[in-house]
Amino acid sequence: MSIFAWIETFEGKASPTSWEALGAAKSLATSLNTDVTAVILGQGATDIASEAGAYGADNALVCDDTTLEPYRLEPYAALLSQLVSEHNPKAVVAVASTSGRELLASSAADTNSGMIGDVTELSIDGDDLIAVRPAYAGKVTSTVKASGATTFVTLRGRAFPTPEKGTGTATVTQVSPVLAADDITTQIESLESESESVSLTDAAIVISAGRGMANNPNAAPADAADATVWKAQDGFANVIQPLADTLGAAVGASRAAVDAGYIPYEHQIGQTGKVVNPDLYIAAGISGAIQHQAGMRGSKVIVAVNKDAEAPIFKLARYGVVEDLYDFLPALTAELKKRLGK
Amino acid sequence: MTLHIVTFTRSTPDTAAKVEVDGSGNVVWDAANVVNPWDEYALEEAIVQAKNTGGKATVIAVGDDSHEEALKHSLAMGLNEAIRVTEESANMGDSLIWSTLAAGAVQKLGDVQLAIFGKEAIDTQTDQHIYQTARKLGWTVLSFVSKILELDADAGTIKVERAVEHGKQTVTAKLPVVISVVKGINEPRYPSFIGIRKASKATIPVWGASDLGIELPQAPTEVLSYENPPARDITTEIIEGATIEEKATKLVDKLLEEKVL
Ligand SMILES: Cc1cc2nc3c(=O)[nH]c(=O)nc-3n(C[C@H](O)[C@H](O)[C@H](O)COP(=O)(O)OP(=O)(O)OC[C@H]3O[C@@H](n4cnc5c(N)ncnc54)[C@H](O)[C@@H]3O)c2cc1C
Repeated sequence: MSIFAWIETFEGKASPTSWEALGAAKSLATSLNTDVTAVILGQGATDIASEAGAYGADNALVCDDTTLEPYRLEPYAALLSQLVSEHNPKAVVAVASTSGRELLASSAADTNSGMIGDVTELSIDGDDLIAVRPAYAGKVTSTVKASGATTFVTLRGRAFPTPEKGTGTATVTQVSPVLAADDITTQIESLESESESVSLTDAAIVISAGRGMANNPNAAPADAADATVWKAQDGFANVIQPLADTLGAAVGASRAAVDAGYIPYEHQIGQTGKVVNPDLYIAAGISGAIQHQAGMRGSKVIVAVNKDAEAPIFKLARYGVVEDLYDFLPALTAELKKRLGK
Repeated sequence: MTLHIVTFTRSTPDTAAKVEVDGSGNVVWDAANVVNPWDEYALEEAIVQAKNTGGKATVIAVGDDSHEEALKHSLAMGLNEAIRVTEESANMGDSLIWSTLAAGAVQKLGDVQLAIFGKEAIDTQTDQHIYQTARKLGWTVLSFVSKILELDADAGTIKVERAVEHGKQTVTAKLPVVISVVKGINEPRYPSFIGIRKASKATIPVWGASDLGIELPQAPTEVLSYENPPARDITTEIIEGATIEEKATKLVDKLLEEKVL
């Protein structure tokens, strides 16, 4: 009956958080005394299968076909649904990335299976799967039971550990795509890639900044369209980014900073932005509104830098620094460079 | 050809509400409901696209009567019709049940070519019902749409810009499609005074599985319980020091001790 783990790929490489899904699949398989099958679709699938073996996969179903590159939902869902119908796995597990969420939900519908998203704990009770997931922006959690032949589960990124890499090998089976090029009605015309920056959902360290960025002491040039926006953007480029580069961190923001046009929406953390789970979250010039908390409350260690000692973010933070961020963050960056030997 | 667009909405607790589990295990909150914030973009886009193509836009809520408020708000904004779909005997919290009803309603309307959802629901916190509705309909789905570049009802095609994990993607697809939209695609309008008055008088039809001529599957998932998350036991340590540099040194010491660097 096996447990499937979908290994997400991008430009021929496995996405690092996929191994968390493989690890979670392995522990389900151990409780059920069955094996783990990595499902790897797209460019580089065969090479990635040997990596999957090292991370603990017993088998790999691989398909490296031009119709699967780059990722599109239609051919992926058609193939995954067929593999599930053929093999009847007890569960299909993936990380709740944007593709993971749509792919698993789609195949669950195709196969009339149960679907539980964004899970933070997963176990087996007899024939049922028991999952814990946050709801209402993490203000409460729910425990969900899934019965039925197969259950599809997406895992919140960084909620499950990455398994140790060993020397195991997976038995590889090549499979054929289900949809031919002509059957696929979505056509990608262009992809404007973002610059090489650390992805928020994978990041172990996130540095976020808010409306406080507008209080940059640097003067805006006379020809700036909006002096406040200029100051905040200058701060993101010359104070936040150097700190992020030093730490290998991703850059986040509050909605106030996004709405004011200081930084694009992709960086927004919170109830209507991204949810992050890093080891370290640094919030600078962010008051800590409840909607912002919804996106970062799960961080292991929170550091708040705010010049207002009464800001609500300090109630959430492990460490607080009551300072102007424009004074403190450059000093922090310099100290880190020294200590981390950069 | 004119276009019939369908959009979906639901009522959710205000984002600022304190939500908790009470003594009997129910989820309760201390504030009024609002339209799921993501849906406001979907509702606006449905109104605009229907107007541009000379078509009409219908809004559907799948769920109990707590969602009537969101439907009335939608009508007040300018949606042409509102429908609520529910099945008392079914476990509506399961996404397979939800999407089977949603797809059944779209099929009953018959002439729909485009369904627009907001990115996700902030209460259940999933977008899975969007994809599942699309699969039940057998339609293509384009998620995270940040702009509709072209919508040609006669040619039966759509071209959109998507905000995907790795950048901005331009994609074309054949109608009918389901799309989910993200913030920034438009500026949702406020309901007008006349709109609110008209909406308050509207009676909203309620359809069940038998009206849709469908049979619901057994729900594969069930919420066993809700829990309040364990109280986080945080002692905040304010880093003190005579100079900024001293504070920076102390903070780095602490972070190295915590092993997060
Ligand atoms: C439906 C809805 C959804 C929402 N979703 C989100 C969401 O997803 N994410 C989100 O973040 N918000 C969200 N919000 C908005 C949220 O309510 C707050 O308005 C927002 O988080 C405030 O951002 P901020 O902390 O940057 O700004 P403010 O609240 O204005 O705080 C700025 C802080 O910076 C400090 N400061 C100023 N200058 C400096 C300086 N030089 N150095 C140090 N500190 C300084 C100030 O003391 C203050 O504490 C949502 C709101 C609604 C209604």
